[in-house]
Amino acid sequence: MAHTVNRLSRFNMTALALGLAFLYLPIVILVIFSFNASRLVNVWGGWSLRWYIEFFNDRAMLEAAWMSLRVAAVSATFATLLGTLAAIGLARGERFAGRALFSGMLYSPLVMPEVISGLSLLLLFVALNAERGFWTVTIAHTTLTMCFVTVVVQSRLASLDRSLEEAAMDLGCNPVKAFLMVTLPLIIPAIVAGWMLAFTLSLDDVVIASFTTGPGSATLPIRIYSEVRLGVKPEINAICTLVIALIAMLIVAASFASKLSSSQGESAAPL
Amino acid sequence: MSTRRIFARPARYAAIAPYLWMALFFLVPFGFVLKISLSQTAIAQPPYTPVFDLSEGWEAFKGAFEQLSLENYRLLISDNLYILSYLRSLVVAITSTLILLVIGYPIAYGMARLPQRWQGIAMILVIVPFWTSFLIRIYAWINILQHDGLLNRILLALHLVSKPVVWLSTDTAMYIGIVYSYLPFMILPLYATLAKMDRALLEAAEDLGASPRKAFWLVTFPLSLPGVGAGVLLCFIPIVGEFVIPDLLAGSNSLMIGQTLWLEFFTNKDWPVASAVAIALLLLLVPPLVLYDRLQRRQVEGRR
Amino acid sequence: MPLLRIEGVTKRFGNFTAVNQLSLDIRAGEFFALLGPSGCGKTTLLRMLAGFETPDEGRLLLAGRDIAQVMPHERPVNMMFQNYALFPHLSVRDNIAFGLRRAGMARGEIAARVAEMVALVKLEGMEKRKPDQLSGGQRQRVALARSLARRPQVLLLDEPLAALDKKLRESTQAELMELQRRLGMTFIIVTHDQEEAMTMASRIGVMDTGRLAQVATPRDLYEAPASRWVAEFVGDVNLFEGQVISREQGRLKVTTREAGIITVTEPRQPVTKEIVTVAIRPEKIKLSRRGLASSADALQAINRFEGEVAEINYLGGLTAYRIRLDNGAVVRSVMANTARLDVDGYGSSERVAAWFAPDDGVVLEQ
Repeated sequence: MAHTVNRLSRFNMTALALGLAFLYLPIVILVIFSFNASRLVNVWGGWSLRWYIEFFNDRAMLEAAWMSLRVAAVSATFATLLGTLAAIGLARGERFAGRALFSGMLYSPLVMPEVISGLSLLLLFVALNAERGFWTVTIAHTTLTMCFVTVVVQSRLASLDRSLEEAAMDLGCNPVKAFLMVTLPLIIPAIVAGWMLAFTLSLDDVVIASFTTGPGSATLPIRIYSEVRLGVKPEINAICTLVIALIAMLIVAASFASKLSSSQGESAAPL
Repeated sequence: MSTRRIFARPARYAAIAPYLWMALFFLVPFGFVLKISLSQTAIAQPPYTPVFDLSEGWEAFKGAFEQLSLENYRLLISDNLYILSYLRSLVVAITSTLILLVIGYPIAYGMARLPQRWQGIAMILVIVPFWTSFLIRIYAWINILQHDGLLNRILLALHLVSKPVVWLSTDTAMYIGIVYSYLPFMILPLYATLAKMDRALLEAAEDLGASPRKAFWLVTFPLSLPGVGAGVLLCFIPIVGEFVIPDLLAGSNSLMIGQTLWLEFFTNKDWPVASAVAIALLLLLVPPLVLYDRLQRRQVEGRR
Repeated sequence: MPLLRIEGVTKRFGNFTAVNQLSLDIRAGEFFALLGPSGCGKTTLLRMLAGFETPDEGRLLLAGRDIAQVMPHERPVNMMFQNYALFPHLSVRDNIAFGLRRAGMARGEIAARVAEMVALVKLEGMEKRKPDQLSGGQRQRVALARSLARRPQVLLLDEPLAALDKKLRESTQAELMELQRRLGMTFIIVTHDQEEAMTMASRIGVMDTGRLAQVATPRDLYEAPASRWVAEFVGDVNLFEGQVISREQGRLKVTTREAGIITVTEPRQPVTKEIVTVAIRPEKIKLSRRGLASSADALQAINRFEGEVAEINYLGGLTAYRIRLDNGAVVRSVMANTARLDVDGYGSSERVAAWFAPDDGVVLEQ
C-alpha cells in the first residue's frame, strides 16, 4: 500500500515538475537573452544592457509604454470599483429581477473571444461618434477586466462567514456600516488582487486595444505585436523583461501591503 | 425578514452602476454588430450603409431599415473560405482542449496530492505565468522555435536531427503556443475540485477492494468531472475565437475564424462581413457559453 | 411583569414552520436554557430575539416594548455566536470595543470598560492579539466579553460551549454561572446538551418541533416530566403503558402489558384519562438478590418484579443493568458503584428482584 502511494507520488512529482518547467523555461530564456550583447537573438555574445538602452531611446516605444501604463492604471481602478460593486450585488443581493442577465453579462466576457468583444465595442464607439484613443481603450479594458474583478471578489464574499456581519449588526452597526467596518477590511486582499489582475490584463491586451484605439495612440502590446510579426528583435526581449519585472514588483508590493494592513488595528482603519 | 434580506437591499443598489455599465458596453454593442452585419460595405466613414440617423427624420430612418439584408450571411455560406475557417477553429479548439486536459490533469492531480503547505506554493507557481503577459509568453516561444532557436540547437547538438527543423508557421508551433497559454486555465479548476476531494474516499475505495488505478477511475475521476467541465469550457470557448496565437505561430495557408474576422475588418475594411462573421461565431458559442455560465454560477455561489 | 415576553410567535421558512405559536416569559436575572434536539427551532427563536430573523406572527416584548420588527443594531440585546464570529482583522481590544464605539461612548469610558471586560474574562495581557493567535478557550472568552461589553438587557448565547473540549467546557460552565450571578444579567442560552442546560440554567424550556414541550426547573424537568416525549428526551427512563384500574387512598393502580400491575402515587392533578404511561427513572429501580433476608425493603415493596440480569454495562461511577422480567419486559436499572470492590454487583443471568416505591413512578397522560 505504502509502496503504491510512493510510486504514485513519484509520478505526480514528475508531472508537476515537468509542467512547471514547461511554464517557466520560456520566460527564463527570454529574460536571459534580453541581456545578450549579440544582435543575433540566439547567439550568446556576453552580458549587456544594450537592448535596454535601445528601448529607452526608442520614442515610439516609450510613448506606447506610457499610454499602456495610463490605460492599465485608469481602467484597473474603474474596473475594481465597478467589479467590487457588482460582486457585492451578486454575493449579497439575493434574488432580484434581472439577476441571471447580470451574472451572464459578467461571466461571459471571461471567455468571450476577444475579436468579438473588440469588434462590438468599436462599433458602439463608432455609433456614438466617440473619438478613438485613450478613453475608448480605457472603457473597453474596464468592461473586460471588471468581470475578472467581480469573480475574484465575489468568491471571497461567498466564502466569508456571514455571522461576522450579524455580529457587527448585533453590536450596533447598520447593514451598510457593518459591511464597511467588517466585510470590506476582510475582502481588501481580494480587491487588491482584482486590481492587479485588471492591471496586468490591460497591459497584456492586443486584440481589443487594436479595435478600439485610434491612429497615433498605439499601446505597448500593439507595438510589440507589430514588431514581433516582423521577427524577433532583441529590444523586444528587453521590453518584455521590463514588463515582467514591473508586474513582479506589483505583486510583491501588493502582498506586502495586504500583510501590513492585516496587522493594523481598527484605530488605523479609515472609519 | 432575515439578515440576508436586510443586506440584500443596499447590495442591490450597489449593483446598479455595474449593471448599467455592462448593459451599455457589453450588451448594447451586440445590437450594433447585428445591425451592421445586415448592412453593406461602402467607401465612407463609417464604412457601411445604411447609417441610421434619427436627425434626418423618421422616413429616412425607415428607409434605412429597408436597406438591411442578409446578403453577408449568404456570402458566409456560399464562400468556402468562411466555412473552412469555422471548421478549422473547431478542430483546433477541440484538439488543443484535449491536449490541455491530458497534460493539465496529471499536474493538477500532482498538486492536489502535495502536502498541504506545498499546495499553496504550487498554486502560486501555476498562477504567476498567468500574470506575466500572454503576448510575452508567445513571443518567448518564437524565440525558442525559430530557425536558429534554442530548440533546433538542442536537437542538432543531440544529433536528433541533421538539419534545423521548421517549427515556426506550423500547426505544431500553434498548438504549443495555445497549450502553453491556456494551461493555467485548465489546471486551476481541476485543482480546485481535486483538492476539495476527501482523501478518505480513495482509502475507502481501496479498502473495499479497488486497486489504486480502479479507485482513480471509479472515484476520483467521476468526482472531478465538474472541474473537467469548467477547465474544458474555460479553454475551448476562447480558443475557438483565438487570433494572436495562430497569427504569430501558425502558417498563413489556413485561417482560424478569429483571423478571418480580423482580416475582413483591418485588411479588407469590410465591417459588415466582419460583423456577420462575429455573429455567426457567437451563435456557435452560445451553447458552451450557457453551460459555462451555469457552471460558473454554481462554482461562485454554490458554497453557501 | 417579566423582562421578556414572547407572545404567540411563529416563524416559517417556506413550508417549514420552525417556531410555532410559541409563548414564553423570561424574568429579569434568570439563566434560561432553550434545550432541544437539532431542528427543533431553538436557534431560530434565539435569532428572532437577536433580530436576525423577524417573526411572521406574534410579539416580542422586551421590558414592555415590542421589538419584533426592530433591526438588530437597535436592540438592547447582544448575542454570543456559536462560532464566536470574532472579527479576524481586529485585536482582542478592538473586538471588545467594537460595540462600544458604535454606541458613541467616550474614548476614556471605552478604555475603562474594555479593561473591565478583559479582567472579567481573565484575558489580561492578550489585548493586542488577533483572534487567530488565541486558543479556542481564549476566543470563547473574547466573544463573551464582546457581547457583555454593551451591558445588554438580555445576553443570548448560541451553543457557547459546543466548540470546547469536555474538561474546558465544565470549568467554563462554572465560570459562566458565576459571571451571570455577579452581573445579575439575564442570560438565554441555546443548547442541545441536557447536562449543560441542567448544570447552568435556573429554568429550562424544552423545545420540540417549534413548540415548547415543557418549561420547568432542571429538577422538575427530570423528576416530573410533562409528557412521554420530555421524559424520554431528558435522561433515561422506563416507560410502561397501561390502564388505570383503581384509585384509592392516593394510590393509583395501573395494569400494564409489560409489567403487570403497578402501583403509583396519584399525582396532584387528578388523572383524567383511562390509558396512561408510568415513567420510572432507572436509578429509582432497585435490585435485590432473591429471598435474601437483608433486603427486607424489597420483600415489602409493592412494585416488585422477578427477573434475571440480561446485560451489564459498567460506566465507572455507575453500573447500568438491563433486567429481563419473567413476563418478558425489559427494565433498566442504574446503581452507583459505592465500593471499589465488586461486592454488591450482580452477575450475568443472575436471578434478581427489581422494585420501586410508588412515589418514584410518574403518571403521564400524554
